[in-house]
Amino acid sequence: MLTALLVMIGLALFLGLVLGFSAIKFKVEDNPLVQKIDAILPQTQCGQCGFPGCKPYATAIAKGEADINQCPPGGEEGIRKLAELLGVEAKPLNAEHGVPKPKSVAVIDENLCIGCTLCIQACPVDAILGAAKHMHTIIAQECTGCELCLPPCPVDCIRMEPIQEDIANWKWKSPVYSMKRT
Amino acid sequence: MEIPCVFHEAHLMRQLHKFHGGVHSPQHKQESTARPIAAARLPTRLVVPMHQHIGNRAKPLVQVGDTVLKGQMIGQADGYVSCAVHAPTSGVVTAIEMATVPHPSGLPDLCITIAPDGAERWVERTPLDYRAMNPSELRNRLRDLGLAGLGGAVFPSHAKLNPGKQPKVPTLILNGAECEPWITCDDMLMRERAAEIVAGAKIMQHMLGSDEVLIGIEDNKPEALAAMRAACAGTAFEVIAVPTIYPGGGAKQLTKVLLGKEPPAGGRSTDIGVQVFNIATSYSLARAVLHGEPLISRIVTVTGNVERPQNFEVLLGTPVKELVALAGKPRSDTHGYIMGGPMMGFTLPADHAPVVKATNCLIASSPALFPPSPPALPCIRCTQCAQACPVGLQPQDLYWFARGREFGKAQEYDLFDCIECGCCDYVCPSHIPLVQYYRFAKSEIWAREREKNQADVARERHEFRETRLERAEKERAEKLAAKTQGSKTPASGDTDAKQAAIQAAIERAKLKRAGVVPQNVENLPAERLKEIEEIEARRIKLKEAMEKQNETWPD
Repeated sequence: MLTALLVMIGLALFLGLVLGFSAIKFKVEDNPLVQKIDAILPQTQCGQCGFPGCKPYATAIAKGEADINQCPPGGEEGIRKLAELLGVEAKPLNAEHGVPKPKSVAVIDENLCIGCTLCIQACPVDAILGAAKHMHTIIAQECTGCELCLPPCPVDCIRMEPIQEDIANWKWKSPVYSMKRT
Repeated sequence: MEIPCVFHEAHLMRQLHKFHGGVHSPQHKQESTARPIAAARLPTRLVVPMHQHIGNRAKPLVQVGDTVLKGQMIGQADGYVSCAVHAPTSGVVTAIEMATVPHPSGLPDLCITIAPDGAERWVERTPLDYRAMNPSELRNRLRDLGLAGLGGAVFPSHAKLNPGKQPKVPTLILNGAECEPWITCDDMLMRERAAEIVAGAKIMQHMLGSDEVLIGIEDNKPEALAAMRAACAGTAFEVIAVPTIYPGGGAKQLTKVLLGKEPPAGGRSTDIGVQVFNIATSYSLARAVLHGEPLISRIVTVTGNVERPQNFEVLLGTPVKELVALAGKPRSDTHGYIMGGPMMGFTLPADHAPVVKATNCLIASSPALFPPSPPALPCIRCTQCAQACPVGLQPQDLYWFARGREFGKAQEYDLFDCIECGCCDYVCPSHIPLVQYYRFAKSEIWAREREKNQADVARERHEFRETRLERAEKERAEKLAAKTQGSKTPASGDTDAKQAAIQAAIERAKLKRAGVVPQNVENLPAERLKEIEEIEARRIKLKEAMEKQNETWPD
C-alpha cells in the first residue's frame, strides 16, 4: 500500500517536473493562431483595417476584436482563406475600409522632391531611400503599395502606378470557350 | 504497362522499355526533309531579344549607334542561370527597346536591333582547350558563348554540364528522337553534320565524366540513324533506334525508354545519374568549343502552308516573315505561324517576331491544315486522357481542380510533373483544351508563390523597422535621462565660463566679419569706388529705416 502510494507520488512529481521543464523550455512566444492569420494577410502594412499593421490586425482577429472582412488588399480570396482557417462564414469586404485596387507601387517625381524625409518616416517597410535635403527614391521591389507615403508629402510628388503586366509576371488565362449544348 | 521489348540491333542488343501512354499522330515529316539545309540569307534587320533562355534576362552591353562585329557579345549573362547574347552579324545597333518577341503572351521584351552591314566581319574567335581547362572556367566560357538547350526548353547548358556534388553523371543521353510532328531540324542536322554532333558529345562526356553515352533516335529517321552510326564508329557511343511514339522525345520519356528508370516526381534526371541534351545543343557546343563560335544561328524547319518546306540555318534575330519568304511566296490562306510543333507550339503574336534560340520550327498554318477545334463538350470522365498521359497523371482530375481553382489539390496530384505535351488534348473526345487549364493553374500557383515571397519580405522589413524604431526610442530616452541628470551636477562657475567662451566666440566672429574687405574692388578706378561708397551709404540708411519700422511695428 505504502509502496504504491510512494510510487504514484514519485511518478506525479517526476511528470510534474517534466511538464514544468517543457513549459519553460518549449515556450511558444506568440499565439500560433495570430501567426497563422498573419501568414494569410498580404503584409501590405497599409493600416486600412484600422490597425497599425498586419500583425496587430491578426492579433485583433485572434482575440475576436476585429472582423475578417477589413482587409482590402487581401480581397475576397483573403477573406475566404481567413474564414476557412477560423471556421466561420465568409462575408463580403467591408466597404468602410476601402476597396481592392490593382497592385501598385509608389513613384516619386524626382524633379519635385525637396528631400523632407517625411515619406521615409511614413514608409512601413523602409522602401524609400534618401536623406534630408537630398532627393528620395522608392525601391520598387520592396514597395507594398500601401499609399502611406502619399499624405505626408508636402509637395505631392508621389503617385501610385499600377504594376504593368510584362513577360515575367504574365499569367496564362483560364480558357474561355463556348460549350456546346447537348 | 511495363512491357519490356527487345529490339535487335546490328551490333548490340539493348533492352528497351516503354513509357505510359503516348499517341501516334500523323507525322508530316517528309514535307521538309526532301531538301538539304540551306543557309538563310542575311535579313534586312536583326532583332535580338535579351531573354532567349530560361533564367535571368541578359544585360545589354552596347549602345545605340555602336558598331558590332559578328559574334560580339551584346548582352551579358546576369547571374548563374542566364546566358550571354551575341550579335548574329556585323553591323550597327539601331535600337535598344521593347519589341515583339515570340511569346504566347504577345507582350514585348527588351531587344537589340542591328542593321547588318553585309560584311559579316567576325569578332576574334578562340577555340577552347577544354581538356586542359578548369571545369568551372570552362562553364563560365560556355555561358559567355550563349549556349542554351536547343530542344525547346532553352535551359542554359553550362548549368547542366555540371556534375554538381556527385563526382560524375554516369549516363549521358543525346536526344535525337524529335518526336513532334512536322519538325525535322534535328533529323536534317544529324543527316548532314553528324561528325560535329559526336564531337560535341565527347566534350559533354568529358565535362560530366560519363561512363556511357547513349544517342536515342526515333526509328522513323533511318538516314539520321545511319549517319550517326557512321560518325560514332570507333567510339563507345551507342546509337539506339527508339520506337516512334509521341512524346518519345521528352527527356524523361526517352530516359525511361533507354534505361527503364525515371526520375522521382518533382525530381531531375541527375537524381538518377542521367543528363539529357538535345543533339542540336551538342552541335553548337562543338562549334563553340572547337571553333570559338558563340550561339548565333540555329537550324529551323519552315513548313506547313508554304510552297517549298525546308530546313534553314538561320541567324538568331531574323524576322519570321523574312525567313518564311525563303520557302516560297506566302499563300493567301495562311492565317498565322506556329512556333514549335502543333502539339506543344503556340501561334506567334506577329510575323515580325524574331527567330530565337528556342525556335526549332515554324509552321505556316491555314484553316485547311489546322481546322479550328470543334466546340468543347462536357467531360464525360472517359479517362482516355489518363490512358494517353505519358507521365501517368490523372488529367481529368487535374482539369476539374484547375477549373474549380483548387490549386492546392492540383499540386497534390502532381500538376508540376505535367510536361504539357498535349496528348490529353489530342485524345479528348470532348475537345476540352486541357493543357490550357494546366498552364493556367501552373501560372496561378507561381503567381501566388511570388506574392507570398513578397509578403514574407514585407513582413520581415516591417518587423525590422519596428524593432529599429523601438531601439531608437529607447536610446533617445536613455540619452535624455543622462542629460537631465548631467546638467544638475556641474557647478555654476562652469556655466559662467561657458557663457564667457560663447561671448568671446561671438566677438571674434564679429571682428572677423568687420575685417573682411572685398578684394574685387581693389583695382577699380576712383569714380567707381566713389559710386560704391554712395550705394553702401544708401543701403545703410535704408537698413536703419527698416529697423526703425520694425521697432514700431514688431509684427
